[in-house]
Amino acid sequence: MKITFPHMGNTYICAKALLDDLGIEYLIPPFNSKKTLEIGTKYAPEFACLPLKINLGNFLQAYEMGADTILITGGCGPCRFGYYGEMHREILRDIGCEMDVITLEWPDKGAGEFLHRIRKLTGKLNPYRILKAVREAATTAMQADDLERLANRVRPRELQRGTTDRIYKAFLNLVKKADGSAGIKKLIRDTAGELLSIETDMDFRPLRVGIVGEIYSTIDPYTNLNISSRLGSMGIEADRRVTVSGWIIEHMIKKALRLPRDLSYADAAKPYLGAMIGGHAQETVGHTVMYARDGYDGVIQIYPLTCMPEIVAQSILPSVEKDFDIPVLTLIMDEMTGEAGYQTRLEAFGDLLKKRRERGVYGKTVALSGG
Amino acid sequence: MEKQWHYLGVDVGSVSTNLVIIDESDRVIEKLYLRTGGQPISAMREGLKMLSERVGSKVRIKGAGATGSGRQLAGVIIGADVVKNEITAHAVAAQKVVPGVKTILEIGGQDSKIIILRNGIVYDFAMNTVCAAGTGSFLDRQAARLNIPISEFGSYALKATSSVRIAGRCAVFAESDMIHKQQTGHSLEDIINGLCEALVRNYLNNLAKSKDIEEPIVFQGGVAANIGIAAAFERALGKKIIIPGYYDVMGAYGAALIAKEKMASSNSPSAFCGFQAIENEYRAKSIECHDCSNQCEVIEILSNGEPIARWGDRCGKWSELARNSEVG
Repeated sequence: MKITFPHMGNTYICAKALLDDLGIEYLIPPFNSKKTLEIGTKYAPEFACLPLKINLGNFLQAYEMGADTILITGGCGPCRFGYYGEMHREILRDIGCEMDVITLEWPDKGAGEFLHRIRKLTGKLNPYRILKAVREAATTAMQADDLERLANRVRPRELQRGTTDRIYKAFLNLVKKADGSAGIKKLIRDTAGELLSIETDMDFRPLRVGIVGEIYSTIDPYTNLNISSRLGSMGIEADRRVTVSGWIIEHMIKKALRLPRDLSYADAAKPYLGAMIGGHAQETVGHTVMYARDGYDGVIQIYPLTCMPEIVAQSILPSVEKDFDIPVLTLIMDEMTGEAGYQTRLEAFGDLLKKRRERGVYGKTVALSGG
Repeated sequence: MEKQWHYLGVDVGSVSTNLVIIDESDRVIEKLYLRTGGQPISAMREGLKMLSERVGSKVRIKGAGATGSGRQLAGVIIGADVVKNEITAHAVAAQKVVPGVKTILEIGGQDSKIIILRNGIVYDFAMNTVCAAGTGSFLDRQAARLNIPISEFGSYALKATSSVRIAGRCAVFAESDMIHKQQTGHSLEDIINGLCEALVRNYLNNLAKSKDIEEPIVFQGGVAANIGIAAAFERALGKKIIIPGYYDVMGAYGAALIAKEKMASSNSPSAFCGFQAIENEYRAKSIECHDCSNQCEVIEILSNGEPIARWGDRCGKWSELARNSEVG
């Protein structure tokens, strides 16, 4: 059995930590690229969302390299992502590509079913070792997210443009060669040291933009055309509350241990969207409110074309904009997204934020639909 | 007479390449509206050559700005001191022409934008993402199909006597609907007027949704030449539309103004290559880089065989290379 898994930003770091520590043979698919998307688009239904297409591309690329089993997370949520495991299984079978799909999530059936699925992966490993590996993987994910956050903070302040990206990108490649959670964590520490030693302008107060929207497209830099890096090179600091480690902790660990979840976003979203309507719509609305309260200069919503929950959120955001006087730009991604139009919008949004700060806030603002 | 300082603005768009020269008091000395014809480099060379012949001996360029979808390319070819996105450039120009402007409607060759300003700053903007229906190229095509010069297209609409509803959501459907209406015997004037109304409806539904369109409203971009569209806007909004004198080169005018502002706060000399630089031979070449999974399409701009700029790479390796070789 040779396992593979889909890419979503730095998720592979956490997956690698887990599989290394469990001693399971696996294969990391090539990083997301045009090729991945091309392969995925070819076999996926036209109106499926971008994440499904990219993931399908990941699996097929991994299959070519010898992988035979796919490890994915489900969603159990009302967004169609929860059904993607089944979709992938069916599509792969239709193509004639025999791969087994294991969905790693906290099933409603409880611990028994979860352990059964883990067993499928691990064979006869002792439960203590499994638990330890899960814990190490979770902490690795947290540290990887911290590192990304650090890079996002340093980037707009760096004196030599591109330094942060160079170091961070090297890290993303080096991780593949690191050994287990211990090796990865050491690499993260070393990289953090490198990032901290970058020469920065200490007095520079960058504009701050919060990234909200659908989880895959906000987290995955290939999908969002490297938004943090683009903003950073414009001297704008990007922040994102939805992270891989956050998802693991909130949706898997806390669910398993029956711990109360962090629902601050739901409280913030309440006047606008009082119920979970699927996907990350409530997070999107709630986080926009929270960013506004935290004094952020603007918010960018990103989602893949045809994403229902985010379409609902987008129609609510103009009210948040008016009430909190915070500009929101919406960017919708799909395989047809033109880079030029995207860049023009980002630059114009940057100009708008800069002028607003220069002039001080005035009056009310209206929806920045971006299209 | 002693020579004055001047500023050059270049707007390389999908359909037109526009050049504007302004003087120290922001007056337009010379303006050009040329068809890009799919060849931005030759359009720019042509433009610079024409400017040079007309006013080359009279002006001294102190700063140059580039904008439009081809702004990066223009920036390299002319040696721009500032490269700015077209949304900001259009806003700057409109504010200069109509101080206190609150809404800018801009329709160009391939895109349309709405810019909302409040208290002298851009507060909100939107750009069409869905479709090019309602932009200049579509009108161009319809004018050609109906054998009407594009410059007279709008005046036909004004002669309409009854209203015909054309489906304006998508260019392809709009065209089939126009043909359908024409086959059922509607007059050309009525159909063209119907088209203008459909495009305005599409623009307002697509871009202006949930935005407060307050006066003064400025309508600019190549399509502002179409009096049929302008009239349809006035009817739909129930408000007055101002069309500035240089409506077709507002982006370039904005770029020139931004260049002037930039040079006022900078001590370094202009990067402008000069009018004679057009003698150089420019060529663009695309390379697909296979060094990593991104497989970027890198564009290389060669001047007399020497690379002067590269872009399109995500890692910066190629763009850096060009910069280094420039120094060395």
